[in-house]
Amino acid sequence: MNITETRTAAASQPRQGSFIKAVSAVVWKDLQAEFRSRELFSAMLVFSLLIILIFNFALELDVKTRQSVTSGVLWATFAFAGTLGLNRSMAIEKDRGCMDGLLLAPVDRSAIYFGKVISNLMFMLIVEVIVLPVYSVLYSINLFQPGLLLVILLGSIGYAGVGTLLSAMSVQTRTRDILLPILLFPVVIPVILSAVKASGGYLEGLPFEEILSPLSLLIAYDIIFIAVAFMVFDNVVEE
Amino acid sequence: MITVKKLVKRFGLKTVLRGVDFEVQPGEFVALLGPNGAGKTTFLRILASLSRPSLGQVTVAGHQLPHEAAAVRARLGVVSHLPLLYGDLTAEENLRFYARMYGIADSQLRITEVLEMVGLENRRHDLVRTFSRGMQQRLAIGRAVLHDPEVMLFDEPYTGLDQDASAMLDEVLKTVAAKGRTVVMTSHDLARAEDLATRFDILSRGVIAASAKHEELQNSNLLSFYKEALAA
Repeated sequence: MNITETRTAAASQPRQGSFIKAVSAVVWKDLQAEFRSRELFSAMLVFSLLIILIFNFALELDVKTRQSVTSGVLWATFAFAGTLGLNRSMAIEKDRGCMDGLLLAPVDRSAIYFGKVISNLMFMLIVEVIVLPVYSVLYSINLFQPGLLLVILLGSIGYAGVGTLLSAMSVQTRTRDILLPILLFPVVIPVILSAVKASGGYLEGLPFEEILSPLSLLIAYDIIFIAVAFMVFDNVVEE
Repeated sequence: MITVKKLVKRFGLKTVLRGVDFEVQPGEFVALLGPNGAGKTTFLRILASLSRPSLGQVTVAGHQLPHEAAAVRARLGVVSHLPLLYGDLTAEENLRFYARMYGIADSQLRITEVLEMVGLENRRHDLVRTFSRGMQQRLAIGRAVLHDPEVMLFDEPYTGLDQDASAMLDEVLKTVAAKGRTVVMTSHDLARAEDLATRFDILSRGVIAASAKHEELQNSNLLSFYKEALAA
């Protein structure tokens, strides 16, 4: 074992990591770890498929009714599966003290928040990309409409934004698994309601003017929630 | 290198630190000893900028906390009883991730160098979750020294290690982590603390109850000094 220390000039002067580099490092780390373990992704995916399968068997629906319940079923599925992912994603940081490792890095702590938001969002989107065609086949509905996909993206951004902040809070408690949904669902209701309304509008083929209102609300909530989370994340993670 | 004045830390109504005064000169190795619940970990977490002081002044490497926390963190390495490593990443990937977080230029060279220092060069492509506790702790030291910090904080680094692993960690701590650096270590292992440290501070009931340099203990041993400090 060579344990003689020979410091390099490169390492002797640490530089403060840039914001973008830190965000991308967190995203890279999350994706790399998940690519290997597939714990988070498989749990979210199996859970999502089970939900839409159960709804499919439970509700014997005609084509028109299917269109009217689709947005609700989809968002219930994404919300519950998303909670699983958020819990697991933050638990990984807590279990081996890795959250402390992140907080010790000389970077703006909001970079950690945005890195986690992006990776959580990517996990949600990957699950959604798989769930949507399965849902389309099971319910005989075309979900691949640009407007609907935009709503799903915006809704997922809002959900991941709020969820990442609240999971950072709940993970510090002993009851983290049950606490996150209790904290998250009341707070994220505006995002989910706007997303359900806008999704329903696209599925029912309503004119854009009628969809504009929930869509605007969804964008506004996304911006507000992420801005608030950005401002308070440092205080949430610090004792 | 580290100056703490009248440090108070409260959690709700409970006061954990009650006006701690503490100073560490460059190159000193201070063992912070004390019973469970004395506030050692809380004190170290404040020095590491992981916790905010309720009252008092804390300066590390010339930067004041909590206002200049990022500058302090760039000059600080922390090893705790948890490895702060990701089990589903390899040893090299873990170090690469932290190198990116610390903005280390030419990280590949430094990662290889650090892995050699802690004796894990041959296991660089293995997942950390396959490592023994001792190997994880050695890699944790590698992670902590990756950016070549001026100040090292060790929080119970021997927790969960058997005798062989502790002996190996001793060597890595002395030759890699502590060499040429300012160190503050909390520990319950008085024998190891006596072997490593140049000064011993006893934290009891939220204050530094006693302090002695290694050479001042020549006529007595650390255990009797520790017991006397707690009894006072």
